[in-house]
Amino acid sequence: MQAELLRLVTCGSVDDGKSTLIGRLLYDTKQIFVDQMEHIEETSRRRGDAYVNLALLTDGLRAEREQGITIDVAYRSFVTPRRRFQLADAPGHVQYTRNMVTGASTADLAIILVDARNGVVEQTRRHAYITSILRVPHVTVAVNKMDLVGWSQDRYEEIARDLETLGLADLHVIPLSALEGDNVVDASEHMPWYDGPPLLEHLEAVDIAYDRNLDARRFPVQWVIRPMSGEHHDYRGYAGSVAGGVWRAGDEVLVLPSGRRSRVEAVETADGPLDEAVPPQSVTIRLSDDLDVSRGDMLAAPEHAPTVAREVEARVCWMSEAPLEPRTRLGVKHTTRSVRAIADELVSVVDIHSLADVPGPERLHLNDIGIVRLRLSEPLAVDPYSENRETGALILIDEASNDTVGAGMVISAR
Amino acid sequence: MSTSARTLTHLDELEAEAIHIFREVAAELERPVLLFSGGKDSIVLLRLAEKAFRPGGFPFPVMHVDTGHNFPEVIAFRDRRVAELGERLIVASVQASIDKGRVVEETGPRASRNRLQTTTLLDAIEEHRFDAAIGGARRDEERARAKERIFSFRDDFGQWNPRAQRPELWNIYNARVRKGEHVRVFPISNWTELDVWQYVAREQLELPSIYFAHEREVFRRDGMLYACSDYVERIEGEDPFTASVRFRTVGDMTCTGGVVSEARTIGEVVDEIAATRVTERGETRADDRFTEAAMEDRKRVGYF
Repeated sequence: MQAELLRLVTCGSVDDGKSTLIGRLLYDTKQIFVDQMEHIEETSRRRGDAYVNLALLTDGLRAEREQGITIDVAYRSFVTPRRRFQLADAPGHVQYTRNMVTGASTADLAIILVDARNGVVEQTRRHAYITSILRVPHVTVAVNKMDLVGWSQDRYEEIARDLETLGLADLHVIPLSALEGDNVVDASEHMPWYDGPPLLEHLEAVDIAYDRNLDARRFPVQWVIRPMSGEHHDYRGYAGSVAGGVWRAGDEVLVLPSGRRSRVEAVETADGPLDEAVPPQSVTIRLSDDLDVSRGDMLAAPEHAPTVAREVEARVCWMSEAPLEPRTRLGVKHTTRSVRAIADELVSVVDIHSLADVPGPERLHLNDIGIVRLRLSEPLAVDPYSENRETGALILIDEASNDTVGAGMVISAR
Repeated sequence: MSTSARTLTHLDELEAEAIHIFREVAAELERPVLLFSGGKDSIVLLRLAEKAFRPGGFPFPVMHVDTGHNFPEVIAFRDRRVAELGERLIVASVQASIDKGRVVEETGPRASRNRLQTTTLLDAIEEHRFDAAIGGARRDEERARAKERIFSFRDDFGQWNPRAQRPELWNIYNARVRKGEHVRVFPISNWTELDVWQYVAREQLELPSIYFAHEREVFRRDGMLYACSDYVERIEGEDPFTASVRFRTVGDMTCTGGVVSEARTIGEVVDEIAATRVTERGETRADDRFTEAAMEDRKRVGYF
């Protein structure tokens, strides 16, 4: 079986029935093995649950099972005959912004849960906001607990109308009941008025082939292959993951930050030459000229080059307990290049209620999202995140603890 | 965005991700090591390392933590495979740890060296001053693993703290270690057992013979079939018999059970796995059956 990979992030809180929905997806697609099922049946009995609690399938650690909470992003896989799914399950408690940003950063599609009784609430708007700033290309809203609103078409349509105002990418709204299993894998018998596909069928059909960034060629050099022995004595290959465009032998190349030019001699892998390479393939590129290229350099299309920047303005999600203050020194990792930066200015912070940018915050706290101006110790070849989700992304690192303390999406650079 | 579309399969994407991770470890850490057990997951890792670094050599040695109770077929395979690759093999021996008094051998019919491996591994990491150990663990293996990062940091005691993990965003990995810390890196975190088998089939990778159905003298314990060997004491009533079995995982002979199978080719195994209803660890690993949180407990003290 050769299926496409779809990366998902699920957003919602325990109360929305997210764990139950994931458990239902896994259970109804027969991903749950007998021993796992016996295990949760026994646990459900011991806890005194009235039914086999599918939510338990996603509880990983002992503390979570004991306290009925989810600590961190969990990653799971499931497969159908049509697609292979990789799911990042971001919990919905206090640290949800940090977790959801993490899960959404790699996602092709976000599933946002809405409780049919409550409709679009503040949390839904936050989830929508995060999927849009992370530029998740497809958003599906699961209107859950339809059984508790009498499978009402009016209620569904009201919620769907509210959702349309949020500006979500490729929005689909599916009424379902994770508990009863309606419209998750199997079509619902309770909602004959709904003529769309159940959730899984929709996930199998979403067209993601066009999401790849094939516009502007980008190739951050990750590793230089130089065997310096035997038949490969003069071999010099630049290994990395394609971050944009279609790479072929003969293509013109601009090397950044040096600004030198060359031409692609060959695009190859350990198995031999390729006709072309696209994101996110890991390949090796050889150049026609003997240039001094090393890890952290970026190969790019000369006619459509990224900005070589000493200063970037980025939308930052702050992920540390210690707040970000102006003038803080940070480590920055962008593609394969690490530099240092000073947070020269905190330009604005998002008001979590109105989702408006409020200018001039004194600091950014854990889970705050704000615009920050970073001055860099050395140049980075960057694109706006809106144009490239790889070359427009960076992480911020606390140089004392080495922890990852922020995620940044480039807005502008100079 | 462009209008032309190119389709990559899930194996293409998982492979690209794993190669990317390999290159990041090699570039960002001073002294990585690739852990190799002779099992299918680590055989896939070797292939991925070739894809990441050829025509160059591996920028790290390969290390096997040898309990001394491994299947002989697996040890023979290990030596041959590493020699073919022309890479350097380090063997960290549990027997040596026992001889040095670092660990005490368990006794009795249920004795296993599986848990002793942790000490041997941590000692070897310290002795060779490795700052990164690359392993073949997968998130689908067990619930605690689903919450573990691809770059999983361990303190001086090798401990994993699930509450203090770094967020992993995009494909940008923060690989910075503090002095005394090391990082475990899992390039095939996002692969499933079925993905691994499909990849083995696609790449035509050779596996130790015990992965395929063969006639073997076994005995039944706790509903699992164990290979008869000098390393396992049988309890009264555990009578040996011959069956056609294969092994889904490769661990110690003392804690790895086989499954009754007629699957003699990779294709037949893939079909069997696709239809199976029991997880590989639930079916064949006694070490995960001890308590509800067996894996979590072992990881906290430094196990993979």
